[in-house]
Amino acid sequence: METKALQRIYTKIGQITKATCTLKATDVGYEELALVDGRPAQVVKIVGDNVTLQVFSGTEGIRTNAEVVFAGKPPTLKVGDELAGRFFNAYGDPIDGGPKIEGEERDIGGPSVNPVRRKQPSELIATGIAGIDLNNSLVTGQKIPFFADPDQPFNQVMAMVALRAEADKIILGGMGLTNDDYLFFKDIFENAGALHRIISFVNTTEDPPVERLLVPDMALTAAEYFAVDKKEKVLVLLTDMTLYADALSIVSNRMDQIPSKDSMPGSLYSDLARLYEKAVQFADGGSITIIAVTTLSGGDITHAIPDNTGYITEGQLFLRRDTEIGKVIIDPFRSLSRLKQLVIGKKTREDHPQVMNAAIRLYADAANARTKLENGFDLTEYDKRTLDFAKAYSDKLLAIDVNIGTTEMLDTAWTLFAKHFSPAEVAVKKEFVEKYWK
Amino acid sequence: MASPLEANESMSTTTENITTGKVSGIIANLVIVQVEGPFAQNEICYIVHNGVRLMAEVIKASGGLAYVQVFESTRGLRPGSTVEFTGHMLEVSLGPGLLSRNYDGLLNNLDTMSGVFLKRGEYTDTLDAKKKWDFEPLAKPGDTVIAGDWLGEVDENGIAHRIMVPFKLEGQFTVKSIAEAGQYTTNETIAMLVDKNGEQISVTMTQRWPVKKAVKAYRNKPRPFKLLETGVRIIDTLNPIVEGGTGFIPGPFGSGKTVMQQAISKQAEADIVIMAACGERANEVVELFTEFPELDDPWTGRKLMERTTIIANTSNMPVAAREASVYSAMTIAEYYRSMGHKVLMLADSTSRWAQALREMSNRMEELPGPDAFPMDLPAIVSNFYARAGYVYLNNGKTGSITFIGTVSPAGGNLKEPVTEATKKATRCFYALSQQRADSKRYPAIDPIDSYSKYLEYPELQKTLAEAISPEWTGQVNRLKNIMIRGKEAAEQINILGDDSVSVDYHLTFWKSEIVDAVLLQQDAFDAIDARTPLQRQRYMVDLLLEIIDTPLHFDGFEEVQPFYKTIIDKLRQMNYSPHGSEAFQRYRHELMEMVTERTAVG
Ligand SMILES: Nc1ncnc2c1ncn2[C@@H]1O[C@H](COP(=O)(O)OP(=O)(O)OP(=O)(O)O)[C@@H](O)[C@H]1O
Ligand SMILES: [Mg+2]
Repeated sequence: METKALQRIYTKIGQITKATCTLKATDVGYEELALVDGRPAQVVKIVGDNVTLQVFSGTEGIRTNAEVVFAGKPPTLKVGDELAGRFFNAYGDPIDGGPKIEGEERDIGGPSVNPVRRKQPSELIATGIAGIDLNNSLVTGQKIPFFADPDQPFNQVMAMVALRAEADKIILGGMGLTNDDYLFFKDIFENAGALHRIISFVNTTEDPPVERLLVPDMALTAAEYFAVDKKEKVLVLLTDMTLYADALSIVSNRMDQIPSKDSMPGSLYSDLARLYEKAVQFADGGSITIIAVTTLSGGDITHAIPDNTGYITEGQLFLRRDTEIGKVIIDPFRSLSRLKQLVIGKKTREDHPQVMNAAIRLYADAANARTKLENGFDLTEYDKRTLDFAKAYSDKLLAIDVNIGTTEMLDTAWTLFAKHFSPAEVAVKKEFVEKYWK
Repeated sequence: MASPLEANESMSTTTENITTGKVSGIIANLVIVQVEGPFAQNEICYIVHNGVRLMAEVIKASGGLAYVQVFESTRGLRPGSTVEFTGHMLEVSLGPGLLSRNYDGLLNNLDTMSGVFLKRGEYTDTLDAKKKWDFEPLAKPGDTVIAGDWLGEVDENGIAHRIMVPFKLEGQFTVKSIAEAGQYTTNETIAMLVDKNGEQISVTMTQRWPVKKAVKAYRNKPRPFKLLETGVRIIDTLNPIVEGGTGFIPGPFGSGKTVMQQAISKQAEADIVIMAACGERANEVVELFTEFPELDDPWTGRKLMERTTIIANTSNMPVAAREASVYSAMTIAEYYRSMGHKVLMLADSTSRWAQALREMSNRMEELPGPDAFPMDLPAIVSNFYARAGYVYLNNGKTGSITFIGTVSPAGGNLKEPVTEATKKATRCFYALSQQRADSKRYPAIDPIDSYSKYLEYPELQKTLAEAISPEWTGQVNRLKNIMIRGKEAAEQINILGDDSVSVDYHLTFWKSEIVDAVLLQQDAFDAIDARTPLQRQRYMVDLLLEIIDTPLHFDGFEEVQPFYKTIIDKLRQMNYSPHGSEAFQRYRHELMEMVTERTAVG
């Protein structure tokens, strides 16, 4: 990084919008950082000698003669082992009262991994939650969000998964976290005695929203340090990516870009993919796994944010309250882990794929029976059995409070099959029926 | 642009006044350049930044300014940086050694790049300049040739790689001399041609071609008429794709587009497979990199990778190169088609390409069309699909490019610009349905909305009758009918209730369920079920129709479902067993016994 002997200072801002200001300046690099009246800002557009800066904390009160100082470099993070156990803000400055990090300074949002240098993910992450391990197994190097309405306990489930995942480091990127949620994460990690392997970059609801845009890159730069330099298994938690996307749309709208669907920028897909694709399995054992949260509004997954996310991530875990059993479950219909093929029936018991599919098929039959019931029709004897099965399946396997091993999950499923159905109705390969039917 | 004489030069490094310019504006990957001198629309230029050369393409010219899209990150770029124009459009090198390679969207060899991370401005050679190939001449001195004619051939992974008269050469030429059989690198002269003015042109095994132009080195392009077997039942039996045909797979996220395309890429009866991973997940291409060198081509027994080229421009790679990736892939496909091969090209996902166009058009503040896509999107899409096709080459031989793209419609809604534009440009429509995917009925192709227009072609019906059976088209139409009637029956049952309709409604519904469960649904991850050869498909169709046509007797609707569930279970077990195996025969036998027991007498 070039350091400049003489920093150039400008004091004449031509145009100010809610998130940006534009001034005449020369020899400025694209994406360079600057301070506008002491507030961090970044170059987002250069046309001739007009430079537009995005001011992260907003432009309220900025005067046209405010001091603008260019830093001569893009945003960076100092990386080192001392990051572990620490809490930072979106700029990577400590917020836990501890000392500043002394380490190698790295640009955030660095280059992509050459795809041929990646390794195919194949290491199972066991969470004990059957809605995940049985139906949507996770592997290291995967990227997957929870899709949940704002009233679902997504942060709790995510913290639980993180703590059970046997990661060397857990990096939390909090965007628009309420103070309560921030304290929740702090407490739960502390109580689990895991604080020494946690690093947090947090933007709370009290902080300016545009600052959030730096959080995932900070978290992922730290993750790359541990995964590449230290060959560690790193788990990155990003919550809430919907608030991140909202910040993107604030900036792009302020810059008069033509919005596409749901007033999101046309580049939303690329913007999100750039982050999620940082998930990787390296050949030497290091990995970055990303578990994110995308909050929905009224369960609508066709909104541009969950929609683009679903097209990028390797599946999604859909949280839903099952009113019948009064518990939150991982919905088997809307949830999916695309990397499960790489491990199920290979790292887990041979009958795993077939059992998983059969149970979901029968659960779908139950959903049809419920529709019939709602429309006031009589149920067949088979319909009734599917409803009984669905209730037990939901309670014993789908609920997020389940915590058992995968083999036990498979056995539980076989027990439920035998209790409610005949082998022909379950329709799995005969060799498995002969071996596992209870 | 480039004159025919330099058709073989690796790059036109003509020293005469190269145009230069200076960067004057930067908006993400759109850079505005103040140019001194002439330049062309779509010309390639390099922006020199801290000693690194960043490749870019002119996408608009306006009053001495070039608007260029940069194929790299523009971080740190400063106004005033030097820009060097190259005098040519985006070109790629074509020659032996394209197969079994992993490229990025600009055909940089990913394997020869250094380090774990992609470095900005690092470009690697498409072809291996050192490797020697066993050349056999096909032409002889005195022959009259035109662009695309075969001068010789080399063996590339067991595939005859023809060395052709460069596509860029216009007019007729006489072969003056041709190299003897022997070993040559791709840069050695293998033939000298003379044009009508007596001017000599030396030809090597490498030629360059601008990717956005279609290669037209063929005599004519008839309507396709031959089935291209994929082993996917819902395609081959119900909605066949043909050699030289076009199709697309739209569907919401997670509905199975990629799994479907990968199944086709592994199983299809093609000589060459070109896969463009365009703006999708890196882990998906890693899956190809890992599996293809191990898996066997079911048609030749060689490794799949030997017939495959993978072009990976994943979603985190530069957006502008995403657009280039599909064109690079199509150019390679055209190159192999001109050698008389059956090429299958797959692109996942063409929506990402359209989005790259949208991002650029928005940055240039162009007047937006529907959903902010560029106005000319439909034209761009249809021009692209039009490059596929079955052709008769000038030497009378045939070649084909079958092209299937996926489309990722926003919100899963098929009434959006990319889906609509693609629907007009293609003949096969494989619509993946969220509902079917949710209930794990894979492949989730909607059996009623999907279609293959080729089924209506008399020339295809004729070849199907010859290759399968004279009844085939009739049987296929019956199956489609069974699905439609089954859906109607299900609706009636849902409206009126199980016991308020006659048993016939239940039978109609369950007959469609048999077809659905046994023919349409197919487990892409089961070693046996994943690929069903055409003859086995025919066998199962005959069997299903036999069961469906046997009049059965039931005492009440309650008996219908258990009976058909068992039938379906047995048929599924057959699908999981090797064709004709003992288990296969046993299930068939049990099945037919059940049917006979139920057969209505009289
Ligand atoms: N034929 C099939 N057999 C079994 N499972 C399938 C099949 N097709 C799809 N699936 C399941 O659906 C998942 C998603 O499929 P796929 O990745 O092909 O979706 P997609 O349509 O490409 O999604 P996206 O648009 O997000 O890329 C797979 O990981 C697999 O679990
Ligand atoms: Mg896909």
